[in-house]
Amino acid sequence: MTGEASVAAGSTIDALGQFELHPVLGHLGEALRFSQSPLFMLIAVAIVLVFLYVGMRPAAVVPGRLQAAAEISYDFVHDLAVSTIGENGATFFPFVFAIFFFILAGNYLGLLPFSFTYTSHIAVTFGLAIMVFVISILASIRFQGVGFLKHFLPAGTPVWLAPLLVPIELISFLSRPVSLSIRLFANMVAGHVLLEVFAGFTIMLAGLGAFGHVLAIAPIAINIALTALELLVGVLQAYVFAILTCIYLREAVAH
Amino acid sequence: MYRTPRLFLFAAPLAAVPGRAVAAGMPQLNFHDPLLIGQVVWGAVIFGGFYLGLSRFALPRVERVLTNRRTRIQSDLDVARKAKAEADRASAELLSARHEAAEQARAHVERIQSEARASADAHAAETAKRLEAEIANAETRITQSREQALSSLSEIATSTTQDLVARLIGTQDEQTVASAVKRVNA
Repeated sequence: MTGEASVAAGSTIDALGQFELHPVLGHLGEALRFSQSPLFMLIAVAIVLVFLYVGMRPAAVVPGRLQAAAEISYDFVHDLAVSTIGENGATFFPFVFAIFFFILAGNYLGLLPFSFTYTSHIAVTFGLAIMVFVISILASIRFQGVGFLKHFLPAGTPVWLAPLLVPIELISFLSRPVSLSIRLFANMVAGHVLLEVFAGFTIMLAGLGAFGHVLAIAPIAINIALTALELLVGVLQAYVFAILTCIYLREAVAH
Repeated sequence: MYRTPRLFLFAAPLAAVPGRAVAAGMPQLNFHDPLLIGQVVWGAVIFGGFYLGLSRFALPRVERVLTNRRTRIQSDLDVARKAKAEADRASAELLSARHEAAEQARAHVERIQSEARASADAHAAETAKRLEAEIANAETRITQSREQALSSLSEIATSTTQDLVARLIGTQDEQTVASAVKRVNA
């Protein structure tokens, strides 16, 4: 939702301009390929780390509000990781925690005006999904050896079905990072395009005079509702990404 | 879960607003932009740093606090449980002591009662014996008195009869009167 991209010429709505990358810090940023996307990643990561640091600083036996919030976020992801992955869940807990809060902070930061949503870039979400994919393959090899390949032919299947089933299983396995990344990317893009379009409607209606000013309230109301929806979608997509990561890791560590 | 309807919604404004935005395409798919690949590299670095910061410092700190609390609550519970066990034992001891004392007191009371009863019985028996002896004594005395009285009766009767006879007829025949009295008496 970058402000400059709201309305391009007054008659058309540039809904996609908000996703454009611009170098920050002038020539240095240009040379380092440092756009507002990594800047907001840094902000998101800093917010989460500061939240945990400041929240846990009292280290009180009876926690205050901020400490309780930090502990709840820890417990929430810890329970998710351990209950889904199993006994090895604790090993992967920091990874799942990082995934969940990296995405959640990115989704929520993007809802602030003039900010940038790095989770609306397929390159970022695909990078995250490929990372999960590679780590789950490495975990499979670590915990099951090359024997994990037998998952591509489910136990008890007749051998003559193998030429049919193995490719299907392989495709479904390889499509995991694709579906994982596109789900998050599409959700964030769709939400932000909708917000942009309705914000554009408001400005276009406001240009029509007094009658337009009254009508312009409608898209504002819709945008308020959409913002609420986006708050839900933001946490939901982070949760979905994290729980799918856990499910893939459970398959990797299960014997 | 949201994919199908949301993708549809996402496509709708794109179709409704033809123009520069659509013609230019999505900036996310402009892979010639060095910033696009740059953000992935930066993202990897930042995410790696985030992961290290979380796994080395932030999360262990939270865990320490949680473990600390758990052990503290556990130890407090243990102390409380131990105190309760001690209190239970003390209370049981008190109860048994009270029971024992009550038992002892009852035995004591019973012993005293039986002693008192025995002494009372002995006293009563002694009294009865003494009374019996006195009764027997009295009876003997009564019998003696009666026998004495009975034995002196004929004497009195004889002397009375002699007096009467002497008064009536003026003679005194002791022998005859005595035999007559003896005859009447027999």
